[in-house]
Amino acid sequence: MDIFLQQIINGLVVGSIYALIALGYTMVYGIMQLINFAHGEIVMIGAMVTITCINLLIGAGINLPGPLLLLAGLLMAIPVSMLLGFAIERIAYRPLRRAPRLAPLITAIGVSIVLQQAAMLIWGRNYRPFPAILPTEVHDFFGAAITDLQVAIVVLALLLMGGLFFLIERTKLGRAMRATSQNPEVAGLMGVNINTIISMTFMIGSALGAMAGVMVAANYDQAHAYMGSLIGLKAFTAAVLGGIGNLAGAVVGGILLGLIESMCAGYLSSSYKDVFAFVVLIGVLVFRPSGLLGERVADRA
Amino acid sequence: MAIDFLKTPRQRLAVYIALAVVLAVLPWALGGLFENGKSWLRAVDFALLYIMLALGLNIVVGYTGLLDLGYIAFYAVGAYTYALLNSPHLQAMLPVWMMHPPFVVMIILAAFMAGLFGVLLGTPTLKLRGDYLAIVTLGFGEIIRICLNNLDHPINITNGPQGLNGISKVHLFGLDFGKPIQWLGLTFDVAHSYYYLILAFCALIIFVTLRLQQSRIGRAWVAIREDEIAANAMGINTRNIKLLAFAMGASFGGVSGALFASFQGFVSPESFVLMESVMVLCMVVLGGMGNIPGVILGAILVSITPELLRDAINPLQSAVFGRRVFDPENLRMLIFGLAMITIMLLRPEGLWPSRRRKLEIHEHEEEATA
Repeated sequence: MDIFLQQIINGLVVGSIYALIALGYTMVYGIMQLINFAHGEIVMIGAMVTITCINLLIGAGINLPGPLLLLAGLLMAIPVSMLLGFAIERIAYRPLRRAPRLAPLITAIGVSIVLQQAAMLIWGRNYRPFPAILPTEVHDFFGAAITDLQVAIVVLALLLMGGLFFLIERTKLGRAMRATSQNPEVAGLMGVNINTIISMTFMIGSALGAMAGVMVAANYDQAHAYMGSLIGLKAFTAAVLGGIGNLAGAVVGGILLGLIESMCAGYLSSSYKDVFAFVVLIGVLVFRPSGLLGERVADRA
Repeated sequence: MAIDFLKTPRQRLAVYIALAVVLAVLPWALGGLFENGKSWLRAVDFALLYIMLALGLNIVVGYTGLLDLGYIAFYAVGAYTYALLNSPHLQAMLPVWMMHPPFVVMIILAAFMAGLFGVLLGTPTLKLRGDYLAIVTLGFGEIIRICLNNLDHPINITNGPQGLNGISKVHLFGLDFGKPIQWLGLTFDVAHSYYYLILAFCALIIFVTLRLQQSRIGRAWVAIREDEIAANAMGINTRNIKLLAFAMGASFGGVSGALFASFQGFVSPESFVLMESVMVLCMVVLGGMGNIPGVILGAILVSITPELLRDAINPLQSAVFGRRVFDPENLRMLIFGLAMITIMLLRPEGLWPSRRRKLEIHEHEEEATA
């Protein structure tokens, strides 16, 4: 029983991180019908910048409590990743908006390689340990172990998702975003500046991605330059599972994927953990391409 | 592959003969011209293997327009098929008649296995296009790699991350390619004899691709790329033709993989990572999707660049900084990434496009600006 509960907890933690990243994919897809392959790399850069920043602060002899140090790191990482998201859209996607579908996909892959290799040049090819600034106390929860960090990740992720939903559903910006995703031309005629909206979408998605990156790094106690591609792929799977372009779908898909993965790792085999995620992806695309909550069909070229 | 400036058949013949002579003496020229001719020859051998891969991927991406990001999996299937039957690893488990089959049988088997995996990937993804397909193929490639990495327990099939060692070299016409061969007073080292072997297969694959391009099937592929619904309406069985594209492209990868395994003498899952798929894609995109000479050019550029970088960047770095600051491997990938972006932005048809593709893309642009 406690293994079951433990895997549920692990799954929820990982799943809420996936959900945060999946939101970034799904927002961009909803507006531009484009898979932003570089999103995983933004997650990675968010984690790396935060770690570097915290290490710098500690090195400078500033002894703040752990969470404050983390906050300082995040305050640095979020603008960096937002800027990156903005630049990527501006350089690699905007000129190709009317090009054949294959073109932006290939630039997206190119951008992702460039970011990954640039990160390797800056931070080296080794694992970066996450600085030990957070409490590592383990609580007993009905026979399963749970840490403050895990609780914090889930709560923060839920808060961020709530904030995003409020933004999309209740604010003027959100209304403009929804309009753009339904029909960019008509939204433009109604006085929405589409370019600004698309840039904003990329920046919001990147900010969420950077926070998710820090959560990943803190959860696994490490980060490295290659971490982006796998986590990006998983999050994309989550977005497809829930129905791409659908925000609630991304959240449901993310948490579900996290649970599936940790259950498979716990009960079947942990070395095939990543295979299960891909099998889920292929299964969803074959049997229900619109995802669990989606209405769109996959057959768009 | 009509090259514009070669109008008459005689001119064309002359160029082909010149090309053949250059290719025939290339290994000796490399040995004579460069101090490290041996390592250059190895690089050329690998470039030839990549040309086969790029031509295989070109069928799927270039002709049929299906973006495949897991192509290296077929290379892996070919390589592991060869490796399992030609290394001491499974000797105890398999019956004797299965071990060390004749080379021709082996190549056909590798092509068949890879083709089978191609169909296996193609069947569930028939309905998908564009970015969805890209993601699924990427996942498929990773599944194959993870399986190769983990199939060492409970039964040890692939020997896991350590990979397979001691793969025997090719035996053909009573010659052992693993030892220097004396012929006409020349000594053919391993890299030399493999150069000619791989070159022969490369020529075969180029020939097959050329014939396919002109055939009913080739035209059907292009038709599917242009408009699948219209192609269907014209009486093309899109399902079978797409599966054929996957199988055909995969089987080229399988042949290349088998040659790779025997040349290298060692395979491990590390050779089949996602980056390799991306590199092959990069070759096709840079060279010019759907154009055979373009794809060959792309493959040569992408696979030779690291060698050039290693010879040029490292001395330069130590001269400027006094030590090695940048890893040439990183720089190479960085350059490829930038090249992919720049090419797509400035010259989406590739460096050497087919005339048809070029017209299509520029037609799109005119529509967009009009």
